[in-house]
Amino acid sequence: MTTASKTTRRFLIPWTLRIEPRVDAPRWFSGAVSLGALIVAFIIGGIIIKLAGGEPIRAYGHILKAAFGNIGVINDTLVKATPLILVGLACALAFRMKLWNIGAEGQFFLGAWGASAIVLAPILPRDTPPLIMLTVMALAGFLFGALWGFIPGYLKARFNVNEIITTLMLNYIATSWVLFWVFGAWSEGGFQMSHVFPKSAWLPRLTDYARQFPQLSGLTLHGGFILSLAAAVVIWVILKRSRWGYEIRLIGDNPRAAEYAGIPIVRNTVLVMMLSGGLAGLAGMSEVTGVVHRLQGAISPGYGFTGIIIAWLANLNPIAVVPVSVLFGGLIQAGREIQPSGVPRMLQGIILFCVIASSILLRYRVRIVRR
Amino acid sequence: MLDWTLILHAGVATGTILLFAAIGEIFAERAGVLNLGVEGMMLIGAMMAFKVAVATGNPWLGVVTAMLAAGVLSLLHAIVTIHLQADQVVSGLATNFVGIGLSMVLGEGLSKAGAGALLPSASIPGLAAIPFLGPVLFADHNILVYLGYLLVPVAWYYINFTRPGLHLRAVGEYPAAADALGINVYRLRYLYVLTGGLLAGLGGATISLAVSPGWFSELTTGGLGWVAVGLVIFAQWNPWRAAAGAYMFGALRRLILDLQGPQLLLGFANPFFYMPRLGFFLQMLPWAVIILILVIGSREAMRQRLGAPAALGVPYIRGERGK
Repeated sequence: MTTASKTTRRFLIPWTLRIEPRVDAPRWFSGAVSLGALIVAFIIGGIIIKLAGGEPIRAYGHILKAAFGNIGVINDTLVKATPLILVGLACALAFRMKLWNIGAEGQFFLGAWGASAIVLAPILPRDTPPLIMLTVMALAGFLFGALWGFIPGYLKARFNVNEIITTLMLNYIATSWVLFWVFGAWSEGGFQMSHVFPKSAWLPRLTDYARQFPQLSGLTLHGGFILSLAAAVVIWVILKRSRWGYEIRLIGDNPRAAEYAGIPIVRNTVLVMMLSGGLAGLAGMSEVTGVVHRLQGAISPGYGFTGIIIAWLANLNPIAVVPVSVLFGGLIQAGREIQPSGVPRMLQGIILFCVIASSILLRYRVRIVRR
Repeated sequence: MLDWTLILHAGVATGTILLFAAIGEIFAERAGVLNLGVEGMMLIGAMMAFKVAVATGNPWLGVVTAMLAAGVLSLLHAIVTIHLQADQVVSGLATNFVGIGLSMVLGEGLSKAGAGALLPSASIPGLAAIPFLGPVLFADHNILVYLGYLLVPVAWYYINFTRPGLHLRAVGEYPAAADALGINVYRLRYLYVLTGGLLAGLGGATISLAVSPGWFSELTTGGLGWVAVGLVIFAQWNPWRAAAGAYMFGALRRLILDLQGPQLLLGFANPFFYMPRLGFFLQMLPWAVIILILVIGSREAMRQRLGAPAALGVPYIRGERGK
């Protein structure tokens, strides 16, 4: 990779590109590269929108306005960001150990199902105090998400079964499982949704305090947002400040060294998959108790998959997951009105491509030198 | 009652989709590049095939466009993973997102386009008369199904018994040694990732122009691309096993549809007929089966010490210590 490019020599240009390994980089550099990648991605996306017959400047302007234009839409953006933070954390945690959990979508559904079961089965009566009700629901959501993470984790640890495929297959199974319940036992009048949860199973929202603070009226941001911020801090502490986190990072960076150091890879594989699944399950719980207030088939526009991109764009840093999720929350929020409907999905893919492609800049530096 | 001839016949047709995609993926993975973007590549293939067939009335033009479109997408993955040394898993996922998003953008309104020109079907005279096997394998199938029959032995022979096939395997097992012998590792990896893309596109065209004609947005592929990736692992990178898995999975999908039809099943009242929502469990079955065969395949691989191509997923960086 260190040889001078042949084409430049042929055209007798007095400069040439040199690509050489980068020894070290300043701390801000990786963030700057990600930001640059993001900008390049939006430019490429704009070109594609233009080619498909749209108007990129207006489309982006529209996205910006519909996502961050006033307090109302900022509220909506943060509501969308809430599950994204949790699934982003789920992915970041697993990816840090090079466990490719792409089943956050299914774990999200199972978490939503588990939380709903508390109300719909019902396991707790309708008039349970909200604090107890919501705590139990959160636990159930976490538990069922974790169960959905346990299966691929165990298969990976015990039989070395590729977790990419198993987590993905489990996504489909989870959706069918939820549909079975909302079409059947929990269906309300034959529609594919359950009845509305009792108020005791609603996460508190800003608008609930409108009596004391009138300016909060209409704002639907709910307690799940606080939960997700807390989760980000917890995961950061686990990864960066705890012994377990050190083990996870070591396994991710160099599994052989980890094995020689006596770190239990099998146990950590299962545990990390369970925690990752649990976080995605919490996202499902937060969505049914904070936003839709019932269980139904359509509770996720692909949050679990967006979490993959968020984790990567955040450089697997739990704290950075939060602002990136807000950005993507805005993209999803604004994208609902954009035609053609595939644009946000395509933009997400292009962003991911640009981010991973740009990572070569972290390892090599390109210099223009005089011959 | 269940008509097994019909189920297996449909299984072979659906299996052909998986067969193309899985064999394409075998080529890419044998060269050391994991491409998880099969689903996205198939989808863009299915979309382009249908779009071009509707616009021009020529299904073969659709097939060619589909292969080229998926091929271009696969080259994106190739550039990012081979030259830019990015992680193959993440790049594959990005390929998927772009493929799915782009198909939805370009396929906007295509679902209402009505029927286009489809690929022709044919029976093979003589062979079709064989009892049972004839009607299943050689009668009234799409042309691409027969192409699939040819592809399996050709791919198998090419990979295992030809000189380029040897180079292909060398690049995937020990690229540094291959490089030392004068094989151009980068070029071959590009070539076989592209092969994988072209075949995934062909698989996509098989869906929209032959097996279940039309464009149904994301549901057109409905996860078949991921099944193909899973089949490659189950097949241990062997085209014959991939074919067997593909046809069996295809038959299973058809069986699940048919199970919900009859009132009597093996002489008993059919629970899926009387309680249609049990059908959701039937819908889970194919995915559960894929997990199951992966477990079986992985255990077998562990026992026989077989495994993935040694350099699978590892970018080759010339001048770094070979692994």
